[in-house]
Amino acid sequence: MSGESKKAPYRIPIGPIHPALKEPVMFTFEMEGETVRDVDFAPGQAHRGIEWMGMRRNPVQIVHLTDRICGICGIVHSLAFSLAVEDIAGIEVPERADYIRAILHEFERIQSHLLWAGVAAHELGFDSLLHLTWRVREEAMDVIENLTGNRINYGIVQVGGVRRDIVPDQHAVIEKCLAKYEGLLGTLLDFFLDDRTIRMRCRDVGVLSRKDAVELCTVGPTARGSGVNVDLRQDYPYAAYGDLDVRAVLPDQHLGETHGDVYDRIVVRLLEVGQSCGIIRQCLSDMPAGPFTAEEKPARILAICKKASGEGIGRVEAPRGECLHYVRMEGKDSPASWKVKASTYSNLMSWIPMLRGSQLADVPIVVASIDPCLSCTDRVAIVRDNRQAILTKDDLHRLSVEKSRRLQR
Amino acid sequence: MKLNTLFNRSLWVYQFNSGSCNGCEIEIVATLTPRYDPERFGIKLVGSPRHADVMLVTGPVVHKMKDRLLRVYQQIPDPKVVMCIGACGISGGVFYESYNLDGPVDEVIPVDVYVPGCPPRPEAIIHGVVKALEKLERLEGVKA
Repeated sequence: MSGESKKAPYRIPIGPIHPALKEPVMFTFEMEGETVRDVDFAPGQAHRGIEWMGMRRNPVQIVHLTDRICGICGIVHSLAFSLAVEDIAGIEVPERADYIRAILHEFERIQSHLLWAGVAAHELGFDSLLHLTWRVREEAMDVIENLTGNRINYGIVQVGGVRRDIVPDQHAVIEKCLAKYEGLLGTLLDFFLDDRTIRMRCRDVGVLSRKDAVELCTVGPTARGSGVNVDLRQDYPYAAYGDLDVRAVLPDQHLGETHGDVYDRIVVRLLEVGQSCGIIRQCLSDMPAGPFTAEEKPARILAICKKASGEGIGRVEAPRGECLHYVRMEGKDSPASWKVKASTYSNLMSWIPMLRGSQLADVPIVVASIDPCLSCTDRVAIVRDNRQAILTKDDLHRLSVEKSRRLQR
Repeated sequence: MKLNTLFNRSLWVYQFNSGSCNGCEIEIVATLTPRYDPERFGIKLVGSPRHADVMLVTGPVVHKMKDRLLRVYQQIPDPKVVMCIGACGISGGVFYESYNLDGPVDEVIPVDVYVPGCPPRPEAIIHGVVKALEKLERLEGVKA
């Protein structure tokens, strides 16, 4: 016994700057040989204080700030914030704007999932697949640039609608891109799902049981990969989704069974690329004519927002899961309170059951498998607790970790 | 910059995220993937600062990352070039008034090449790398 305690467990810190991590986060692994016995992590290394800044700006300015919460989810955050403000101010968004928002939202999902697929391939050491997927992803980037004028941080959603219309000429561009993706999807599925290496590295690795997924309140593809049937687009439709036929993508639809492992999360994300193509098609054919914003002049929108008071919530199904914005306005220029709960915030705790018992070499792919976006999350984790006391953050975090450990037993 | 000395050696870049929104990281990786393909010139992303010639810094340098930025900077062997990618690293950008920033980047480490944009396009990043090459050659005293 005494000999054992001298050897194991030993601690391996990874991060916050580490080649396997794309964003700063600090992990501490308790290792026993090659096996992870326990894991703890410290996010908060990319905290910029966005909510604090937001409470000093007016809603028209904040929309541009929300774009920059996360470079991948530009539409998601600006849409969720706009929904919340429109909710408070009682602004009626024209139907056409709702459809344009949905189209852009789905293009964002396509590029985000392809981006993730590439990163996942890279984490497995399959770099040629990374390059292939990212090359394919550029098609979506071209269309996004055509529609919004920007590749990233689109700045297209505004309170009350969108900034630009989708004109008939652009339908052909979109259609061409969709046709290409629909043709490619089979190849992509073959590459990712029939490849022996990927199957060996991902099958039954980083397993999150359905029970854990529900108890840890995971969202998005992480939850759906474990067989939980959640998708805001189906459960609480926003924008144009109420008119569209959207069903949550679950791994057993494709494979007939659910393992809740990394492989299942790949399946969900790739199938969602196909689903998004279908949704965009549907939007294009059903898009009603009319204005694309409730109010064209930003000054008028600002005047409406200034008078507004009350609370509003915007919930959006981001590529990573549910993203929630809470805003309280009190008849002033800037909101009295603004709170963002990004999808990764809900998913982070699922790392612990996933990583416990896995091999050290599987850590990068398991960490990547929830598609973590820490720039979304870090702002949330700290700002909330800063208002209480600095120490409570650690306490809360420890409690939270302990709770998930209890649930594990 | 002369073309005959341009390909003397390959340029390895190391990317440092100092609290960015990910937009610049994505554009950097997009730059390195097949559409633009700078790997044919030997330009590639490396995992360790000790292997790198060029450091790409993104983000406005949040408080927690300042010390790490300095340490990583010191680990890169000379001669080195630091590129600051994106508006928030140059001036703070939309985050200019935040209480948690120790940046902009050039207040923490010396910056050689600035690539503006939020985020900059891949073409702009490539242009910046060419500028960095010129500077490296000057530092090394390469004669045309």
